[in-house]
Amino acid sequence: MRRYVMIGSGVASIAASEAIRRVDPTGEILMIGDEVHGYYSRPGLAYYLTGELAEQHLFPFGDPDYRKLNIHRMQARVTRIYPEQHSLRLENGATLLYDRLLIAVGAEAQMVNLPGMKLDGVVKLDNLDDARCIIRQARRGRTAVVVGGGITALEIVEGLISRRVKTHYFLRGDRYWSNVLDETESRIVEQRLVEDCVKLHFHTELEEILGSNGHVVGVRTKDGRKIPCDMVAIAIGIRPRKELAEASGIQVERGILVSETMQSSAPDVFSAGDIAQVYDPVSGKSVLDSLWGPAREQGTAAGMNMAGITSVYRKIIPFNVTRLATLTTTIIGTVGRGEDEDVVGIVRGDSESWRQLPDAIAAQADFDVNRLRVLVGKDTLLGAIVMGDQTLSRPLQRLITEQADITPIRQQLVQPRAPLVDVLADFWSQWQVGHALRTRE
Amino acid sequence: MDLKALFKHESTRRKALVQGYVVPEPARCVQCGICSYNCPINIDVRSHAWQGIPVKDSHCLTCGECVARCPRGVLRFESVHLFQPQINKQTGD
Repeated sequence: MRRYVMIGSGVASIAASEAIRRVDPTGEILMIGDEVHGYYSRPGLAYYLTGELAEQHLFPFGDPDYRKLNIHRMQARVTRIYPEQHSLRLENGATLLYDRLLIAVGAEAQMVNLPGMKLDGVVKLDNLDDARCIIRQARRGRTAVVVGGGITALEIVEGLISRRVKTHYFLRGDRYWSNVLDETESRIVEQRLVEDCVKLHFHTELEEILGSNGHVVGVRTKDGRKIPCDMVAIAIGIRPRKELAEASGIQVERGILVSETMQSSAPDVFSAGDIAQVYDPVSGKSVLDSLWGPAREQGTAAGMNMAGITSVYRKIIPFNVTRLATLTTTIIGTVGRGEDEDVVGIVRGDSESWRQLPDAIAAQADFDVNRLRVLVGKDTLLGAIVMGDQTLSRPLQRLITEQADITPIRQQLVQPRAPLVDVLADFWSQWQVGHALRTRE
Repeated sequence: MDLKALFKHESTRRKALVQGYVVPEPARCVQCGICSYNCPINIDVRSHAWQGIPVKDSHCLTCGECVARCPRGVLRFESVHLFQPQINKQTGD
């Protein structure tokens, strides 16, 4: 009987366990995780913060689900893997043997090294305990300072304003998420934040967190301003938790380097999820994603391979549907490039692939708060951002993912003031019919 | 809303009720649970989304609460074509 060990209890490990069970109904599956709460929806924390969701609903799996898959769970921390011996050591000194190992330990928040970081009131949003901590402190009438960029920073901002906390948002540069959004999109988000009474501070960097009796009482900025506050939230990005793999001699770069079958440089050791650095055939580079969908897909592929069925993971064009200042936003494919001063590496709900934009023409349309931007390549669409009205979200996802030939509408799309929505909607209707016929053949 | 519009609205709603069911798109779902949380009769819509299967629970009211509340556009109504003639794969007729 084969013993499969999963390090990590997130979606990649769950997907891998399900895949293994489809092939091997009798092998032993052991899931070791240091997360006290086990498997829950990390993206759901945003809705937990705003009060749209009760805590108990964050957990997709109950005990019967684990029993059904015959998964044994253990809350522990793995300190070392010995690939040659097919064994690993736990923090309490115990040694475990494995036949196949999955490292899916995810990523954690990057923290900054500033005076006052240890004060009570300094928060991040990495896990359920962090969300609880924010909720406990976010009381009406309090004041918070949020530092960082990308989706997580806004999740915290939205959570705070929904709890009537007066919120200051510090941005180092002159606009929000500058390497994924274009200027108009950044301004739409910023405008909505201002309407929600968020005080934006551009070109502002944190110098020191001020405290009294162990609690946050304010911050001092690099340009010498003092802002009194009760909380400071840091969301400057995440970094894959690669120390364990590194210490165990497994090849790592920004994450664990894996092949198309999700195998690491060590025999019988696989990796998936936020920690895995996966080859992207579109860019020819190995990239990190911090997205739920790819983590699940990678976990499934890893599980199949662990159980002995060769399964190649084809990196899908990354997309995410998120809320930016309460505006539903779909991000698909490559849409930006360059650096964002507010973010170190990537953030949660993010993909490195989004900011690898080759030469493309941007076609765009704005209607009040709704906005559509598509990146038009030679004969395909390379990426899109849909803000507000989501009618074209799913069609664009399909057209970009399936690399639909847009030659018939390319000229129309790149015309100034093109009726983008109508052109794309018509093309989508025709493409669907054609696609259905091609599939039938 | 005038009386005619009211009847039209009601007939559209009833049509959805008898002819539609909720279909998930798993690739968009992050298992946040808002759908299940808002289901008035506690159907585990999230589990359907994980497995990629339509909500064909006979108790489903097709009230649309889960479809409307999902923050990521995972769920949509799809019609059940009970009496649609089968297309002949050879001839395409």
